[in-house]
Amino acid sequence: MMTTYRIVEELDKKTLHSYYRQMQLIRTFEERAGVEYMHGKVRGFLHLYIGEEAIAVGTMASLQPQDYVATHYRDHGHALAKGVPANAIMAELFGKATGTTGGMGGSMHIFDKSRNFAGGYAIVGGQMPIAVGLAMASAYLQENRVTVCFVGDGALQEGEFHESMNMASLWKLPVVFVCENNLYGMGVPVSQSLAKRDLYKLAEAYEMPSVQIDGMDVLAVRQTMQEVVDYARAGKGPYFVEAKTYRFRGHSMADPQEYRTQVEEQRWEMKDPIHTYKDWLVEHGFATEADLATMDLSVEDEVQKAVQFAEESPNPPASALFKNVYA
Amino acid sequence: MPIITYREAVARGLREGLTEDERMFILGEDVGSYGGAYAVTKGMLKEFGPRRVIDSPLSESAIVGVCTGAAMGGVHPVAEIMTINFTLVAMDQIVNHAAKIRSISNGQYHAPLILRTVTGGGAQLAATHSQSLEPWFASVPGLKVVTPATPYDALGLFRAVREEEDPVVFVEHILLYSTRGEVPDARYVVPLGKADVKRKGIDFTLVAYSRMVQVALAAAQALEEHDVDCEVIDLRTLRPWDKETVLESVKRTGHCIVVEEAWRTGGFGAEVAASVQEEVFDSLDGPVGRIGGADVPIPYNRDLEQLAIPSSERVIQAVRAALNK
Repeated sequence: MMTTYRIVEELDKKTLHSYYRQMQLIRTFEERAGVEYMHGKVRGFLHLYIGEEAIAVGTMASLQPQDYVATHYRDHGHALAKGVPANAIMAELFGKATGTTGGMGGSMHIFDKSRNFAGGYAIVGGQMPIAVGLAMASAYLQENRVTVCFVGDGALQEGEFHESMNMASLWKLPVVFVCENNLYGMGVPVSQSLAKRDLYKLAEAYEMPSVQIDGMDVLAVRQTMQEVVDYARAGKGPYFVEAKTYRFRGHSMADPQEYRTQVEEQRWEMKDPIHTYKDWLVEHGFATEADLATMDLSVEDEVQKAVQFAEESPNPPASALFKNVYA
Repeated sequence: MPIITYREAVARGLREGLTEDERMFILGEDVGSYGGAYAVTKGMLKEFGPRRVIDSPLSESAIVGVCTGAAMGGVHPVAEIMTINFTLVAMDQIVNHAAKIRSISNGQYHAPLILRTVTGGGAQLAATHSQSLEPWFASVPGLKVVTPATPYDALGLFRAVREEEDPVVFVEHILLYSTRGEVPDARYVVPLGKADVKRKGIDFTLVAYSRMVQVALAAAQALEEHDVDCEVIDLRTLRPWDKETVLESVKRTGHCIVVEEAWRTGGFGAEVAASVQEEVFDSLDGPVGRIGGADVPIPYNRDLEQLAIPSSERVIQAVRAALNK
């Protein structure tokens, strides 16, 4: 964390606390989802957002409710930060009828139209043109709406990255791309997959402004994202943000994790976005240990209730198989 | 009744859409300044302006993906992929995204996307520009697929497609654009999912779609000399296809051959043939036949290309052989 942030002047204590609580909610939720996966309650693929919480929280806090978000399959953190209830997300992970998509999408496809959460997507880069399209619709309909598109470092290798960046820039669409660069695709480091070293500079090929930020620092994310989102909202065109981060767990629960060194992992864990923010809050007099403990307990309770809700919820009926299949 | 070309019919449908639906725009390669690769959108950029007729970069995947996202965001895009051969680049967005938005979001989002493209060969454009891939789309849950064969059906189906809330692949044919047919001035609609008996007959059922409807009709005409009265059914929609009309016909004629330009192996004929023998086996006096495109990459040479595409002669031979006439 830095010593001072301009943005802090605009944020009250309650708001500063909320960033902590939201990150802690994501962390606790993800850890619990991992446990439930080991118990066989969550199946298929599960991609945990542990370590990356600052990006989701700092970004969503810079948005207005009508703004769209489209993201990849590591989407629980984004959904929680956008206000999608933990109950509904956990129920979705359990495949229940009360889940965000009634058990039809699962972990990788969280959708919540009421909160303009336009999907997690499982195809790497697949969400990029869709996000550009959402922005195109907003511009066409002259709506005051920005679309944020989260991508990983892997997506920058796909052809759709190029196509989407090009169109967004050509047509000056109100879309902000946030690349969560956690340094690895699945098991191959980005340095072995992408010729460009500083990923944010790829945007220059499209005459698109870009910036690199510390994705482990929620206030740095918050500050930059506000500027970037305001830029897009003013109709000046798209922006590309590279947020440097690290996932503390494997690519997914299936990952044998043989490709990173302990030294590297420990070095990044020292930059844990939640621990560092906690220290900053206390050091700068914005929170006491008691405040934080209260929030921790509240989060534990919320996640526990979410699991209970998921457990007690019914499965979708067999008839759900053909629901929403019009042809 | 007025007679117009297939091209004019599609253009009329598009103009109606742009005029009547403010949310509609056309997005594709060379639809604007160039006037459309097949001159369908000629004049529309000037008439409707660049906000409604949008020249796209050469990015098929993004054309489909952006139009899918735009549809999710409340507008009504007509995406054009210049030929069906180029849809291959966009298959992920078509199959993994557009087709699945409604079901994967559990109905929260839907994508009223009209995906226009052009199928078929016969113009000596060689293997990568002459394919008929519409059966592939017809296999995909979440897509509707229409294949108009006449100007009347092209305009009528486009009007119906405008009312759809989910993706439709609207498949025109490269060699049909200059064909002519009667199209009334008064407004009419051709419903999706309904086949059309283009020629009533009692001896044999020929099932076809797109340009092969013309081939089947030509064969039916010639077969009169051999005392065979063919019924020609134009499927018009491949997904969902009108099984009832086909089965009802076969129950009367007892014979069926499917004629399509797509590769015979695994083509739409296979779906029709399997369904017919499953459901009206007792009505059949012989096996259901399939005439499809030769299982080859289509060559440039004119004569070789013609060998790869079904002709009315082949249909005539097949019908006569089936009836021992």
